[in-house]
Amino acid sequence: MQSLVIVAHGSHLNPESSAPTYDHADTIRATGAFDEVRTGFWKEEPHFREVLRTVEGDEVYVVPLFVSEGYFTEQVIPRELRLDGWDVSEWGSDGLSADQATLVAEDIDREVHYCGPVGTHRAMTDVIVRRAESVTDDPDVGDDFGLAVVGHGTERNENSAKAIEYHADRIAERDRFDEVKALYMDEEPEVDDLPEHFESDDVVLVPLFIADGYHTQEDIPEDVGLCEDHTEGYDVPETVDGTRIWYAGAVGTEPLMADVVLERAADAGASLGTALDDVRETTRVATGD
Amino acid sequence: MGDSTSATDEAGDDAPAVPDIDLPGDAFDAVLDALADREAGDPLRFEGFSVARDEDAEFVLDGGDRRTGLSERDLHAALDERAPAVTDWYAFERVVGEFGPRRAFVRWIEDADGETVAARYAALAAGVERAWGELKITATVTDRGERRYDVRHADDAGVPVDDLDAHDDPLDARDLVTLDEKGRYRPLKTAPSLAGGWVFPDLGPRDLYETVETIYPATVANWHREREGNLDVNHWRETMERQSGIYGVVKTWDRGEGHEHVNWVAEACCDDSQCLKRREWGYDEDTDLDVDGGDGVFPCREPCSVVVSAARKWTRLESEQPRTYEFDLTPSEKEQVEDIIDAVADGRTDEIREADTKEGANRYRTRFLRAKLFDDEGNLGGVPTDADEE
Repeated sequence: MQSLVIVAHGSHLNPESSAPTYDHADTIRATGAFDEVRTGFWKEEPHFREVLRTVEGDEVYVVPLFVSEGYFTEQVIPRELRLDGWDVSEWGSDGLSADQATLVAEDIDREVHYCGPVGTHRAMTDVIVRRAESVTDDPDVGDDFGLAVVGHGTERNENSAKAIEYHADRIAERDRFDEVKALYMDEEPEVDDLPEHFESDDVVLVPLFIADGYHTQEDIPEDVGLCEDHTEGYDVPETVDGTRIWYAGAVGTEPLMADVVLERAADAGASLGTALDDVRETTRVATGD
Repeated sequence: MGDSTSATDEAGDDAPAVPDIDLPGDAFDAVLDALADREAGDPLRFEGFSVARDEDAEFVLDGGDRRTGLSERDLHAALDERAPAVTDWYAFERVVGEFGPRRAFVRWIEDADGETVAARYAALAAGVERAWGELKITATVTDRGERRYDVRHADDAGVPVDDLDAHDDPLDARDLVTLDEKGRYRPLKTAPSLAGGWVFPDLGPRDLYETVETIYPATVANWHREREGNLDVNHWRETMERQSGIYGVVKTWDRGEGHEHVNWVAEACCDDSQCLKRREWGYDEDTDLDVDGGDGVFPCREPCSVVVSAARKWTRLESEQPRTYEFDLTPSEKEQVEDIIDAVADGRTDEIREADTKEGANRYRTRFLRAKLFDDEGNLGGVPTDADEE
């Protein structure tokens, strides 16, 4: 019996925090690739501490719905799941290349496959592009458009910037958008000065965050100048200093994220049948009308 | 549910009758499959009798008097006569399955480890009720021996299904538990603030388990571990010692000067009025807390994330030293401050009527107090919080 456990941060304050986790779990459930799909949280229930005891399967894949490698994926989640003998060297990662580690979870005395976070997977690049398609409602968006991939800087986590740069570079290599830039909230180049970093009249701004919350709904819109105060709201696109900014909100809410969760499990050995193709098909942006 | 069933009428007195059960084809097929998987002569046991295959691919039924040489047709007839026991086996062995928490929970609902099949089927025919947190679960049995479950808020007991919002997908419960009845986010699923107005009127055993575990995550798993005698309780000290990052500070709150602060935390957060889990953790393995752990059916095995987050705040607040502030209150004003604290702590502010000025926590009374006692900077009694602000 094959089980998927998606672990995410969750929130004591914001009910939207867990929404993407539930949505992607539902998408994956519908593929039938796993006998069960469970969700566990740091701030909601079931907690990381107790989620594994709700799991019935004997082939267990744990995928963190986090954007980068760091404190949560390297310390908190392995500790709270009680992965016996965990050491970050198990992943042998350079900050971007964590794939999986197979360890016994003491809580259930069974092996689990602990996967790297979704945010650093190569398939995440496609989700960022898909997010740009969704927010512009244009499956071919790219010509005459710039793309800004935005995240925290290194202040909180040095790997955060690595993930942003990794995906921005990969998208740039595709020559799809006129310009692609990695911007940060707490270091240069800063998202506050977005129009200065782009020549294009239209720029899609995709924050590399899992869920909409304080950062994506208050911080970034105000910093970028989409609005004076987030309670006023803003249009998409909104023109700031002559640049039309298409603000996408958290990339993690994009339905194609379910594909990255599946990719992580597949990399760790899960057998998925046609689930990857199914998810890519069902989450596509419609072409025309 | 209020009407008596024909089963109870026929039996009279206090012994409700076992309902008539037709043996469904899938239950019979499951018996044949189970026998095919066994060696000849290895009996499959039901309550009161067993069935085995013999070397000639005929069947043997042993229930006190041993019958041999049964054809498949004979076996079907014999099992149909014993349909309650066969469907009971099928319900637990094939429908519910082995997974420990689910199996134990569904068996507990109808006391399958304490009562006979006949007693249980008779009880199920009338409806067996169980409470789980704020849930009311009513188990029944169909004339094919299948268990069906009605799950709803206990406050909706007796309300016709048509008057409630009916659901059949356990995952729908995620939306039912997100907000309380006033539309406020519920960060703690086991808080006694579950809104009502909905029903899962016709769940099978697996979906029953999933629904309950969605409404109260991991409560069945922990209850099951406790029943098995292996609930892994993590006490306050070890839980706080484990914290890191922004929560690492909480371990400094324990200063080896007793556990009164943890009593206060538990009284604030873990009382039955705040959380329906029964607190099983104490200060450490040797030190219980001095406040009530509650009466909930499912246990709390360690301080939860809500408690840890609040403890972080209190660790900082409680590092302050008390000071003496001087300002004057009338006796009624002192009591009013106490009333306001009580009303907020007990979540009663919404219940206090706008014009009920007898209540100390009434809004007009409180606004009057503020108008009278606060200075322009919001200082109570005009006394600055920090002396050097004077």
